[in-house]
This record gives sequence, C-alpha cells and structure tokens, in this order.
Amino acid sequence: MSTDSTRPEGITPSQTVGPFFHYGLTPGTAYPHVPVSADGHVAAAGTPGERIVLTGRVFDGAGEPVPDAMLEIWQADSDGRYAHPGDGRARQSNSFMGFGRSDTRADGTYRFETVKPGKVPGPGGREQAPHILVAVFGRGMLKQLFTRAYFEDEAANASDPILALVPEARRGTLIAKRHGDTYTLDIRLQGEGETVFFAV
Amino acid sequence: MALILPTDSTAAHPPSLHPAYTSTVLRAPQQPLILVPHTLTELTGPVYGHGKVRDTDADLTVQHAGEPLGERIIITGRVLDEDGRPVPHALVELWQANAAGRYVHVRDQHPAPLDPNFTGAGRYLTGEDGRYRFTTIRPGAYPWRNHHNAWRPAHIHFSVFGPSFLSRLVTQMYFPGDPLFPFDPIFNGIPDERARERLIARFDLETTQPEWALGYQFDIVLRGREATPMEEPHEH
Repeated sequence: MSTDSTRPEGITPSQTVGPFFHYGLTPGTAYPHVPVSADGHVAAAGTPGERIVLTGRVFDGAGEPVPDAMLEIWQADSDGRYAHPGDGRARQSNSFMGFGRSDTRADGTYRFETVKPGKVPGPGGREQAPHILVAVFGRGMLKQLFTRAYFEDEAANASDPILALVPEARRGTLIAKRHGDTYTLDIRLQGEGETVFFAV
Repeated sequence: MALILPTDSTAAHPPSLHPAYTSTVLRAPQQPLILVPHTLTELTGPVYGHGKVRDTDADLTVQHAGEPLGERIIITGRVLDEDGRPVPHALVELWQANAAGRYVHVRDQHPAPLDPNFTGAGRYLTGEDGRYRFTTIRPGAYPWRNHHNAWRPAHIHFSVFGPSFLSRLVTQMYFPGDPLFPFDPIFNGIPDERARERLIARFDLETTQPEWALGYQFDIVLRGREATPMEEPHEH
C-alpha cells in the first residue's frame, strides 16, 4: 500500500452529533430522500441464533429522559464471531453485519432487534461472556461514550475479564434484565446509578 | 499486521464536560471512565460494501427536481489512519443546514427559509486511496440558545467509520476565517488549538472548478495504526 510520508500530527477531534442528526443518520421513514446506512434492525430474518430485543431508556443527570441521543451497537454473531477481517475465524453466516443504530424517542427509548451474540475471545486467552459494545452520542455530548451490554442470564458473566475490572457495586449498570425475548438496559449518563463508561 | 489503537491519541478530543456548552452539564459522566484492554470486540467494527452507496448520495445538489440555492462547493479529502495511511472503504456520512442556515429537521425552529431542493444529507465510500468527494452548497450560520446571541459557525457534520469500532468518529467541519470561532463553545471545547484547527477545511484552488464551484480540502485522521513487528496488539 502506498503511504504518505507525512505522519499526521494527531487525530481529528470529535464534535457533538448535535440535535439535528436524525435526517442524516437515522432518517427512518421521516426523510425518504435519505438512504439508511444502519438502523435498529440488526439481524435480518433467518439469521442464525436466538432473536432478542435490546431496549432501554437514556437519562441525564437530572433523571430526565434524553430525547435526542443516538446509540450504535457492535456485536458478534451467535457463534461469537465478528463480521470483520480482524476476526480470522470462519463464519457460519455471512449476512449478519453486527452493527446497528437507534435514535432515542421523546421518552428516551432506544431499541434494537438482533440476535444474542455468542462468547468471544478475550485477553490472555480468556473467554468473554456474550456482550454488545455500545457507543452513545447526543446533543450535549462532545464525544461518544463507550459502554457494554451484558445479559443477566449468562453464567459466564461471573468470569468475564472486562466485568472483573468494574467495581462490583457498579457492574449492574452493564447487565440487561430479561423479560421474555426482551433485554432491558437503561443508560444513565450522570448521577445516581451512573452507567459505567469505558476508557478505550 | 495487527491494528493498534493508542489511547493517548484520544487526548485530542474535547472533554465530556465543557460548561460553556451548557447541554454538557447534565450529560457528562461524573464517575471516572474505567480503563479496559482492547479485545477483539474493540478491534473490529462494521464493514461497508460498495453496493450500499449510490453515486447521487455524494452530490447534494442533484437530489431533488431543481438545484438548491447557495454557493456551490466541492469538499474532498482523505480518510487516514494515525500513520497517514489511507483508510479504504470507509463510509463517510454528512449532514448540514441549507444556505440560509436552516436544517430540514422537523425540530429546527429557526425562522429562515427551507429550500425545497435541498435535504442536506450525503454519503460516500472511500476508494483505495482513502479519498472522498462531495458536491454541496455552503451552509449558513444559525442561531442557537446556548447563551445570549449565540450563533454556530457555518459547519458540516461528518460521521466516519474506520478500521474498528473505536475508530468511529462524529465531528464537524468548519470553513476558514469564520468570525464566529472565538464565540463557539462547541468548537472551543477542544482544548488544543492545533487540534481545533484540524477541523477547519482548507480552501484549495486546485479543487475549485472554473465557472462552477469553490473547492475545499478536509482530511480526516482516525484512531488506529498498524503495529510494527516488535509491538503486540494493544493490551494495557
């Protein structure tokens, strides 16, 4: 690959997604001229795995819902494999991209329809419990925040190497509660019950 | 070669809490972020294919029956990694206000006219050389209610995907010489002046097309570089 001999002096800094991102990033059916790059329908019909809904609400430091946030998720397939050349293992299904995007509604609700990811390799040869990586964007957020969604009914949570780095009292902010096929995880940006965000 | 994502590079970003931008006050975490190693989850990310993007997605002046009003411009640049290598097949999305400073967004209440020939959203998938190119119109400045007489400098929102989910960047591109820079808490939320300047496009006569459109260059540098043979993939 050709390389430019001048090394950049640094990365391009982040700026807020602002209040008016919807027609650019989450147009849905409201802006029919805009093509959809990604939405909350993460897994097409027929994708192997257990179909689940991941939903919840985003709250600010006053406990008010955040109606203008955007969440993006990145996850492995049901075999724990990523649709990316960095994961060199063979995949059973090549239709599952593993990426989704959801804005929040007036009451702060986001929603993804996907399949439950499998366990994935972790540091030092240890396995990670099934999880979904979550990036949170919004008006009033100068850069995205990264967190994870784990699943309450996974025994592997007890030995997950990333959860182990989180103080026990705060681990619950990363663990989605199950009701039927729906997992619920609220995101609290600030204050009591503040979601654990990662420096990555 | 393995991808590494030095955490130090993120010092270029603004802090989450920047009180001059008042909406950050209740939306910035108060607890320290928890440092975790980069696993396969962080070192991978969505991959887009060419079938996803249409040619007209990159020309915001041809998406309606007529041409939008305003100053026609071309914005081009390269998506690069931290070593200056082009990032191919990177999805670049942008959105912006029209020439009057009005967003098509249903919640934008600024009493400036909408343009029936302008939506203001576009996409491009970079080629092997990491280059993208958009044709659009120059957006207007617009008022907001952050403080008395607050106006945002003219800007275009960019969303870029890189080699991993951690390379993901949402930012804003500004125009050179904007008199509103000193007063804008979003632009000035970036602590380092040289990092702020990286968000300002460069007018480029080579990109400018005679009798047609002014040209600007705006390179975007994403997190990530390739490990040298002596380095292990990032685990800290």
